[in-house]
Amino acid sequence: MLPSLTTTTTPTGYAELPGLMTRMTGDEKHEPSATSTLDALWVLYERVLRVTPATAGDPDRDRFVLSKGHGPVAYYAVLAAKGFLDPEELSTFGQSGSRLGYHPDGRLVPGVEIGSGSLGHGLGIALGMSLGLRAQDSGARVFCLVGDAELEEGSNWEAIQLAGRLGLGGFVTVVIDNRSATRGWPGGIASRFEAEGWTSATVDGRSHVDLEAAYRSATANRPHVVVAVVEVKDGR
Amino acid sequence: MGAEPMRERFVETASSLLDRDERLVVVLAEISAKLFAPAAARHPARVVNVGIREQLMVSVASGFALTGFRPIVHTIASFAVERPYEQLKIDLGHQDAGAVLVTHGASYDYAESGRTHQAPEDVAVIDALPGWDIHVPGHPDEAERLITLAAAGRDRAYVRLAISQNSEPHRDGVVRRGNAGTVVAVGPMLDRVLVATAGLDLTVLYFATVRPFDGALLRATLSRPDVVIVEPYLEGTSCAEVASALVDVPHRLLAIGVPKLEHRRYGTIADHDAAHGLDAPSLRLRIVSFLLRPP
Repeated sequence: MLPSLTTTTTPTGYAELPGLMTRMTGDEKHEPSATSTLDALWVLYERVLRVTPATAGDPDRDRFVLSKGHGPVAYYAVLAAKGFLDPEELSTFGQSGSRLGYHPDGRLVPGVEIGSGSLGHGLGIALGMSLGLRAQDSGARVFCLVGDAELEEGSNWEAIQLAGRLGLGGFVTVVIDNRSATRGWPGGIASRFEAEGWTSATVDGRSHVDLEAAYRSATANRPHVVVAVVEVKDGR
Repeated sequence: MGAEPMRERFVETASSLLDRDERLVVVLAEISAKLFAPAAARHPARVVNVGIREQLMVSVASGFALTGFRPIVHTIASFAVERPYEQLKIDLGHQDAGAVLVTHGASYDYAESGRTHQAPEDVAVIDALPGWDIHVPGHPDEAERLITLAAAGRDRAYVRLAISQNSEPHRDGVVRRGNAGTVVAVGPMLDRVLVATAGLDLTVLYFATVRPFDGALLRATLSRPDVVIVEPYLEGTSCAEVASALVDVPHRLLAIGVPKLEHRRYGTIADHDAAHGLDAPSLRLRIVSFLLRPP
């Protein structure tokens, strides 16, 4: 059963996200598929991640790795709402000379940890970051966002397997599940992570309360996956 | 494992560097993990064996680099370069993450293992990516020096180890001076080039570092503008570098290396060298016919 969409009162800022996205798309309304990541991202930046524009270069900052680089409009909007980007810059989206491409570039955009777009790269990099932070006894955590269709790339499973075997605490994967994987995931997504030693929480990807609780249910000695279930992708 | 002096020296060198430099990490994909076991016991957080997961090996190295470490990444060339090629391009290059990629196996060091373990293309495909230095040591002492230098750097470096080696270590530069043309010998090809050119009036240059390519030295030491380059990997890999160095000099160039074909033979390194015309007698015939009997 799919979780129902919930309406949640959120602090100032969330309400501004549609307007920020409009600066990039020109559309007053946004299809759910364009905003599948919006609430998961917002809750991370608003309530969970220990990183701000002032600490974006701090070695002990929490890392957020957007592996699914497609459709970064929601990501840029959240970064603007949180002060990493000037909202004025959003209108340059996709233009030559802009720092804001259709896939984000970690060397161009303030607050963006990696460049992504080719699917299946972020989890492995995020795992390496987590190992690097652990090797220097940092308490910083690493959150990596992937899509359910992106999980079709085999490279993800190399990282999922190793993170589980290593019992890598402080490593959280967020799967945005809009059922866009053509052949689906019989038995569910979470169970596949659990089989590799991860803890999991599957929640309504629009519920800020549930998302926050899911992020915070990570334990110290195992990697954790949050499957954020949102509306089915259009056209399927 | 048979005798692989360069590979053994690499393990000694990297293990020793791990003791001295706390920013260094070694990322492995099962291959050579046993050789690194003592270092892993001393530095469990900085020697990571990801298992037989070569894409992950490169991605993990990227993550280490992005958190301030200098990763040394290592497996057999075919599994380090070709299988995770997009990870080299995106996870290292596009993220501007530095790493030292050290491979063994070379073009056909494991000839008896067949095509799956042979990688004559490795240098050419690494060279297609921006920002890589490429080192092809011809002796364990050179391997140690080049790995140590690369580990101290910040950028991306590829170090290609091989079983074939020269009897002595050399520095890149002029080995012999002559007047009838230049032969550039790369890495392990030097000894056989010296045998092949014995008694001939030729300049012989030695390069263990092929990227950046020292075109200035080639140009400065040119006698006749006739050049032969002898490389232990895919033939023609450095043709564009020679052409660039001599862009305004009418010149002739013979590129010798491993031909682009499916050889489908097992056997030994020597068998493959002979089949590809890369043994000393074959080299002499090819060099003499090109440089000393011009059309």
